[in-house]
Amino acid sequence: MIKLTVNGTVRAVDVENDTPLLWVLREQIGLTGTKYGCGIAQCGACSVHVNGEVRRSCSIPVGSIKPADRIVTIEGLSATASHPVQRAWDELDVPQCGYCQSGQIMAAAALLAHKPHPSDQDIDQAMTNICRCGTYQRIRAAVKLAAARRAGVAS
Amino acid sequence: MSKVSTVKGFTAARRQFVVRSALAGGGLALGLYWPAARAAGTSSAARAELRTALGGDFGTQAEGAEVNVWVVVQPDDHCVIRIARSEMGQGTLTGLAQLVAEELQCDWSKVKTEFPTPGQSLARKRAWGEMGTGGSRGIRTSEDYVRRGGAAARIMLCQAAAKRWSVPVGEVSAIKGVVHHSASGRTARYGDLATEAAALPAPDLKSIKLKSPLDWTIAGQPLKRLDTGPKVNGSKVFALDLVLPGMLFAAIKDCPVFGGKLVRYDESMIRARRGVKKVVRVGDSAVAVVADSWWRAKSALADLPIEWDDAAFRDRSSETIARQMQEGLSASSNVFVYRDEGDAAAALARASVRIDADYSTPFLAHATMEPMNCTARVTAERAEAWVPTQNGEGSHAALSEATGLPLDRCEIYKMDPGGGFGRRGGNQDYVRQAALIARQMPGIPIKMIWSREDDMQHDFYRPISQCRLSAGLSASGELLALQVRLAGQSINAFVSPGLVADGKDERQLQGWYEKPGDAQLGYTVPNLRVEYAMRNTHVPVGPWRGVNTNQNAVYMECFMEELARAAKVDSVEFRRRMMGNHPKHRAVLDAVALKAGWGKPLPAGVHRGIAQFMGYGSYSAAVAEVSIGADGLVKVHRLVFAIDCGHAVNPQQIEAQVQGSVAYGLTAAFYGECTIEQGRVVQSNFHDYPILRLAQMPVVETMIVPSLDFWGGVGEPTICVAAPAVLNAIFAATGKPVRSLPLRKLSLA
Repeated sequence: MIKLTVNGTVRAVDVENDTPLLWVLREQIGLTGTKYGCGIAQCGACSVHVNGEVRRSCSIPVGSIKPADRIVTIEGLSATASHPVQRAWDELDVPQCGYCQSGQIMAAAALLAHKPHPSDQDIDQAMTNICRCGTYQRIRAAVKLAAARRAGVAS
Repeated sequence: MSKVSTVKGFTAARRQFVVRSALAGGGLALGLYWPAARAAGTSSAARAELRTALGGDFGTQAEGAEVNVWVVVQPDDHCVIRIARSEMGQGTLTGLAQLVAEELQCDWSKVKTEFPTPGQSLARKRAWGEMGTGGSRGIRTSEDYVRRGGAAARIMLCQAAAKRWSVPVGEVSAIKGVVHHSASGRTARYGDLATEAAALPAPDLKSIKLKSPLDWTIAGQPLKRLDTGPKVNGSKVFALDLVLPGMLFAAIKDCPVFGGKLVRYDESMIRARRGVKKVVRVGDSAVAVVADSWWRAKSALADLPIEWDDAAFRDRSSETIARQMQEGLSASSNVFVYRDEGDAAAALARASVRIDADYSTPFLAHATMEPMNCTARVTAERAEAWVPTQNGEGSHAALSEATGLPLDRCEIYKMDPGGGFGRRGGNQDYVRQAALIARQMPGIPIKMIWSREDDMQHDFYRPISQCRLSAGLSASGELLALQVRLAGQSINAFVSPGLVADGKDERQLQGWYEKPGDAQLGYTVPNLRVEYAMRNTHVPVGPWRGVNTNQNAVYMECFMEELARAAKVDSVEFRRRMMGNHPKHRAVLDAVALKAGWGKPLPAGVHRGIAQFMGYGSYSAAVAEVSIGADGLVKVHRLVFAIDCGHAVNPQQIEAQVQGSVAYGLTAAFYGECTIEQGRVVQSNFHDYPILRLAQMPVVETMIVPSLDFWGGVGEPTICVAAPAVLNAIFAATGKPVRSLPLRKLSLA
């Protein structure tokens, strides 16, 4: 059995060590908000936070994760979709099909945690997830809106 | 229950429908099929059991009074609007609901939606009409009957109030979900009137007078989407996320060479692997491993020895296919002459200046973010499938065909696709495969998921084509003659061969049409010849956002730029001179030129390009601003669009579609190419099939100029002009036209 801490809860899963974290989250733990897109860490649909850093879970063997590592998925980002990034995404109607948006939101939340006031260049560098619907312009606007909101909350 | 259907020629109490369809559908045998459960009672426990069995709420099952097939009104005044088309991100769900709500005059804050299933539609004589969503038709080909449905429901609610108050119906009016009788000051809520309204005969749909779009208050507004909430917290269940009791998972391997066959496999190598349940043959070209998790199925499949018979097409490559296209460019036989006006050959011979150019575009994959997948449960009596589909009825037919069960014993639960772009419409291969697997494990729900590699290498690709254009200019720079020879693969020949006789496939010539309405050529050329040489390959092809307008727009509009430069006439002026008979085409060109500041000075190093095109019933034009660095990196700074889609149902969603078309169109122009080696597609994932990312996304400005006298599409039209505008700006920057895509020597900054 492998022990994982996901969204603050310790889970024990009976899987092979080389199973990607993505598929453990989806198939063993039932957290399907994290998506499969490519399996080779190219598209970012599977983005989660591990100890506060955004990581592509399709390329993390579950055996490499320590029980104390803090894994946060889209379901654990906030209880009521109240995270500033989620609120901004909702307000600006960012999603089209929505499939990549869990990963986009996790990437944006990690960016803002590290850089509360990202420049356009910071956004370019951090937001590398693929969206085939082409929601990029609204993603950029929503990251900026969320940053402004966070600043407003802090002040 | 007193629900009444208002389908023409069909009036039946809802209860009869429920009982009949349950019997017809074999639902009683299964015991869980929802209409049977509805007929048996709707206790919360039964509903919970049903939700678990089906993995969610599917079909028309909202509680309340069904006023007609489009509208159910609940006691608390919520209006449930039925949506027949698929929602794959393009916003049709919200737009169609706006159109119904506009005529229904309900309270928009109390609107909910649900999707009827293809089985339900069939049981009610296709009460909801066409369910397919493609060709940017979701709204433009259903706006009339859904608005009439909303209006009919409003009329019935008003009649119910008038009857209750014993006043003439002409004295009552409906606003925001409340019927008013101004003379007496009485009011009644829709939720309170619905049961009485549902019992009334339906009004004659044809004689209903619809509201003028000038008076719209819900339609035409930039309202927020109805489906955003679950997309920002991970709770939206895509087909890939579905969980059913007892479900198993399948990974599949299809012959890598198109047209090849499966010979044999050796399952002894993987049969004892943990979690593996079964290895099954799928049709004549694929094998699948079924396991207790998809990861275990996929891992075992990777180790399964498989022998293919791929001899028939192993000698095909991009080179052999290119030669096939080139033959088509100059062939004198097997050519369809589509337009022949004046005498193009003679006019070319006497022209002052003659310009010739060959253009080419490659095969392209769709690469939807959600890979192909389908969940199926099949017994001897009944088949069900949960499908991310653009075409519910197409999925229904595929399920029936693959299982051998009649349509009324099959049901499709439509899941919102994680991207469609044409991949999930006409070709229902993934439904067929899932059904063939599930048939071999009766009663067990099987979720079949393709890997990204499967998805990239077993697509129905955007057809390959080449185009030879020849033009003759007069001494004063007017276009006297234009010859167009398109050589390429036909979608219809692959998907609907019955539509193509003797290579006469007009669909491949979208944008060159003479007739108005869908994809009309916006230029008047005195001597014009347009020909198509159908040259089909073994590679499967299908619709792809904007086919075939996006290839043809590159050919037409980049060549027009070559002509304008040869004529030494401004790009806008050169086009305008030929557009006197096409005021709508010209209006968007003028609008975009004005908005983009055409002709005004630009910063050093920045260059402009322009393009116009008609596709999918709408008129589009774009201006691009581009610079090229010393390292060959292209920066697209800004793209300005004008679109006339006739009526603009939700402007903020139109803006989103225009932005999306830029990302899709520029990905194709800069990166997109599927090459063929030894009969198979070389590219396998996003590392060798790159996609435009946020850093490369230009600023997109959208101007909607609806002329209010027709209904055009939105999802696809602007993709046709995005790439040519950028390519023409690159031409302006380098002095060399771009004639072959993708841009190999230049990449996006």
